[in-house]
Amino acid sequence: MKHLLGLKDVEAAEIREILDTAVSMKKLLRQNVKKLPQLQSKSVITLFYENSTRTRVSFELAAKYMSAATVNVSASTSSVQKGETLIDTGRTLDAMKTDVVIMRHPMAGAPKLLSENVRASVINAGDGMNEHPTQALLDMFTLYEKFGTLKGLTVAIVGDVMHSRVAKSNVFGLTKMGSEVRLFSPSTLALPEIGRLGAKVMNSRADAIRDADAVMGLRIQLERQKGGLFPSLSEYNRFFGVNEEDLKGAKPGALVMHPGPVNRGVEMSGAVIDSAQSVINEQVLNGVAVRMAILFLLTRN
Amino acid sequence: MLLLKNCMVKDEIVDVGIDGKTIVAIGKGLEAEGAAVVEVGGKTLLPAFVDMHTHLREPGYEYKEDIASGAAAAVKGGFSAIACMPNTLPICDNAAVVGYIRQRAKEVDLCKVYPVGAITKGEQGEELAEMGKMKEAGAVAVSDDGRPVERAVMMRHAIEYASDFGLPVLSHCEDKSLAEGGSVNEGYYSMLTGLKGISAASEEIMASREILLAEALNRPVHLCHISTKGTVRMVREAKARGVRVTAETCPHYFAADDSMVATFDARTKVNPPLRGLEDVAAIKAGLQDGTIDAIVTDHAPHAFDEKNVEYQLAAFGISGIETSFALSYTNLVETGLLSLEKLSELMTTNPAKILGIPYGEIKEGGLADLVVVDLGAEWIIDPADFRSKGKNTPFAGRRVHGKVLMTLVEGQIKYKEA
Repeated sequence: MKHLLGLKDVEAAEIREILDTAVSMKKLLRQNVKKLPQLQSKSVITLFYENSTRTRVSFELAAKYMSAATVNVSASTSSVQKGETLIDTGRTLDAMKTDVVIMRHPMAGAPKLLSENVRASVINAGDGMNEHPTQALLDMFTLYEKFGTLKGLTVAIVGDVMHSRVAKSNVFGLTKMGSEVRLFSPSTLALPEIGRLGAKVMNSRADAIRDADAVMGLRIQLERQKGGLFPSLSEYNRFFGVNEEDLKGAKPGALVMHPGPVNRGVEMSGAVIDSAQSVINEQVLNGVAVRMAILFLLTRN
Repeated sequence: MLLLKNCMVKDEIVDVGIDGKTIVAIGKGLEAEGAAVVEVGGKTLLPAFVDMHTHLREPGYEYKEDIASGAAAAVKGGFSAIACMPNTLPICDNAAVVGYIRQRAKEVDLCKVYPVGAITKGEQGEELAEMGKMKEAGAVAVSDDGRPVERAVMMRHAIEYASDFGLPVLSHCEDKSLAEGGSVNEGYYSMLTGLKGISAASEEIMASREILLAEALNRPVHLCHISTKGTVRMVREAKARGVRVTAETCPHYFAADDSMVATFDARTKVNPPLRGLEDVAAIKAGLQDGTIDAIVTDHAPHAFDEKNVEYQLAAFGISGIETSFALSYTNLVETGLLSLEKLSELMTTNPAKILGIPYGEIKEGGLADLVVVDLGAEWIIDPADFRSKGKNTPFAGRRVHGKVLMTLVEGQIKYKEA
């Protein structure tokens, strides 16, 4: 694998390799000295055209724990402000012998365009409404670690499916690994065609959550209300959010997951987010392990 | 006097004699002393094509295309006459810009260029443009192409007022609120790519509005570049009940479909977007049964940098004037959907009649706007060979049949294959 642009074109065997590698990386994270030499001679750039704390920090720490030289570029401070095109920015970074470019961009397909114009490996850290493969991989790793397998699991994803690159990457990844993915959202935030990728598009919150092994919330952005997609956050929560009562429909001890940042009381109630079943903070730790695994696997040759 | 020897005309090999801009003789073994003789070698002679929807970009966007390069591309595509849309800089919403385009076309002297004036001043949808003065200056139709007239009352007035001057109204059917931010057809491939979709309804809502206005006013209206199953159905139904509606489509709505966007190749980005397979089938059926009157190119040349960017940022449009005949012939005639005669109506007679402009006819006394095509010739579309400045085609590498060998405009050879 040269680039990681999305899970659409990644095979099950490759996903398994990433998850297995992440197991060892996570062990390292629990040690006192969190350092591996694998990326010692490598340079890693995070190129973010959208705000992010968790994903960018996660990647940066992953690279640093593996001894890479890291540089963070954010669109607000870079030459992008001067009108430089994505391809020109990519070539400039390439000219400095960058080994890996980790990119987040508000437009679908941007990492693919970059990958076609640079020598460096490109990792997609989220592109528009397209994919967010490393988030899905860390979600899958979290499930894999808890259940020992992904085969036969039922994962309910509840929230703004339409605009969610996380949901899409999870559908690609989890269905390839033999899980059942159920999706639930109001019709204004649904993506009916995603059923053709093997996910189940559900019409009721209760049916989506029933006997699920894990329930994942997706962030609802307030600007969607202004766009006319739902009337208010409180109405959203009442009919489409995951609250304590709703969670009782899932399997006992079902995992509560969220890619963050959470809107408490909107897509999930605070009680659900802070429940004993919640693995939201574990997901954050797993994100570092999975990203270390990906950086290792992309640069080993 | 010009003598075209051995032309295939309706399954018969004949010679065609041309004097000035007129065909004066058709027959076997014609001789004419002192005539220039061109050996056609049994290749097919058709009336040259008429493109009622093209973008020449001049004035204002000469880096994309200009009248010289656009006209050169047109004659290479087999066109003797083209109508150019008004979304230039400045907008062609007054007699001065119409006159400028006519003047430049005369200087370039390749094909006939008929300006389409704007419906409203600045294509702003607020006030009617000076249609009468534009008509006097040479405009043949009005359109706010690319910027649909949003208010129904404005379109109503436009249809009424334009009819006083016999100017067809060419409507770009798009509900901007539904299409906003979209890049590709809404459906499986918009989901797969994460590119925002443009629904079929965004075209169909406007198409239905224009049909209802045409019906209520009993005036003609022409629908530009229709692309969906629903629009075809509505036009078919409207025609059946006598509404004065005509419609055009483009080769990319029957020779391509939205699966091509999965690669994020911005050359597939066009408005309306490449549609799904059911739409493609409906467009073909509409061409077969006469629901769709014309095949146009919607030739929309853009510079390299305008396509070599993020898909969402890329300009809409396909440079299509040099591939229109081959794509149409390959996908419609070779497949048995249409006869060559029917294709000729769609590419020449019908669009010329809608605009009310002269067109070639292979008969004694007919206008010598002619094209020689080699129907058997196979070639691979390569934008590097385009005369247009716009190399933006999703059909690069496509194997097609039907090659334009020679184009005559008013009896003069304006293109001959090297």
